[in-house]
Amino acid sequence: MTIQFNEETFRDDYSFYNSDWAIKRFPFPFHEDSYMYSVNMEQHRGGPKGSVYEMRFDVDEHYVSEMKDRELVLADDPLRCQSLPHMTLAGWDLLELIMVSKSEDYPDLFELHRDGNHWRWINKPLGIDDTFTFLDETTLPYGPMEYITRQAQGDFCVLDQRDEMLWMDAGMVTTQADWSLDFDIGMNFFEWHAPVPLAHEMGIFKRALKFLLNVQQGAPARRLNWTMTVNPLLDTSPENYHKWGIQKTTLTPENLGAKQHLRVELQTFFRLPRSNALVFPIRCYLISFQDLVTIPKWGRRLHRVVRDLPVELATYKGFIDNRPMMLDYLSKFDDGLPTSPGVFPDLDTEPPLSG
Amino acid sequence: MSKFQFPESIISRPVYGTLTSRPGKAHLMIADAEGAEAILDLAVQDAVLMAKSHIIYIPKGTGETYTTKLRALKPAQFYEGPSYEASVQRLRHVLANAHQGLQVYLAGTEGLMGQAQNEAMQAGIPHTSIQTEHRGSVARRMQCVHCKGITEDVMHDPFQCAHCGLHLFVRDHYSRRLAAYQGVRVDAEDHGNIPEPQELYS
Repeated sequence: MTIQFNEETFRDDYSFYNSDWAIKRFPFPFHEDSYMYSVNMEQHRGGPKGSVYEMRFDVDEHYVSEMKDRELVLADDPLRCQSLPHMTLAGWDLLELIMVSKSEDYPDLFELHRDGNHWRWINKPLGIDDTFTFLDETTLPYGPMEYITRQAQGDFCVLDQRDEMLWMDAGMVTTQADWSLDFDIGMNFFEWHAPVPLAHEMGIFKRALKFLLNVQQGAPARRLNWTMTVNPLLDTSPENYHKWGIQKTTLTPENLGAKQHLRVELQTFFRLPRSNALVFPIRCYLISFQDLVTIPKWGRRLHRVVRDLPVELATYKGFIDNRPMMLDYLSKFDDGLPTSPGVFPDLDTEPPLSG
Repeated sequence: MSKFQFPESIISRPVYGTLTSRPGKAHLMIADAEGAEAILDLAVQDAVLMAKSHIIYIPKGTGETYTTKLRALKPAQFYEGPSYEASVQRLRHVLANAHQGLQVYLAGTEGLMGQAQNEAMQAGIPHTSIQTEHRGSVARRMQCVHCKGITEDVMHDPFQCAHCGLHLFVRDHYSRRLAAYQGVRVDAEDHGNIPEPQELYS
């Protein structure tokens, strides 16, 4: 299919929107009516046709606008993209993975022509046609990781693997759920997750690390994570929290449906061939509550999840103060009917909201 | 006694131990203020240690209290500096010229140990092989996550960033690379509502 790219913003006037297509394929993260941490890993080898899980790197209607937003963030704060000196080879690995995947998965949008190390990369949506020498940094306008992640939606953490541990040694992080690459770079897996409540005690990170250390080439994995964001703001960084934090207080019962967004991260994990690094793309999807509740199953379920979430998690995810107002809104879309298992909308089988 | 027992915290927060003499061809000891006490205790453990030791010491307001005692240990090299910053060039030189088998011992405030550890790491010494012992002030070296400026010797939470002036709360999240804890605007969701500063661990 050909994608119509939205002209939209993720800041100031927040003209971001989801089409009906984007709403129906939204990666709703709750497979049942409650939520607790889990490692929840599965293979990342495709998914239902048209879903965000189908391709290795999903490209959607927000692609062009998201890349413009990334450019603005980087111009303002170049420290959002960093790579420790030993991570350059992993950057080339990542460039290759993304170029090969995108050109194979979206041949109408991306082309990669390779003659030995002489490569030509064509990115039609962004109007790029570059020729360069693979593994020769001087032939690209940026380092390899920065070059390719300026053309790929989502954040990218490139993790070095040594001493049976993963290390946050490179990344492009402009659409993050309130964590700082500049602060966390060089930390190990347990250290950069240190501020997360409950999950350490539950053994989540130990199990997750064990799994991730063993991700093999050609066998990527994925999981979902989620939080809440007021306004469709991609750059919810700690760096800018002194500017955006106040937006949380602008919710009213009248504007909540439009302003409050569920923020979902599709996290994937790929082993890189030359460096043995692990790349950890974190792709952010946003949906307003008013769009989300157009799917009856999701409306019912989101109400139940938000209502029953432990206080520690609602606090950590930053919406404890707004939870009562969110519940007032969501309760109107929960008629108490049971919901079908799994994350998909099931529009043909789930009953409409009874009134 | 100037040893403080830090409460248990998150995993990124450094944990300090007690300096122990380890076999090595050379020994580099970096300390500030009451950190001298840890070096003095270390010297007691091993009578031959000091003959192979280089001590870099910053009295930081303790005046002559410890320098005489440290000199009396007869280390192979002794340096007393007016500030950590003033000692950095010397420290880098020592680390750059160090041979395999160097043992590194850090003692004193968190800010001193963190910065010296960072220098040692950059010289290729893994942080896990560097010994640390906290002594003296519990003040923290804080980075403002917003303007990236470092405020030294923070004793209160919240505190005012010495660079951008925002009022920041003190997190336990710590970066070895920056040798600093993270400070985040305390009134970001309610501008102007700044809680009364409390002394750390009070």
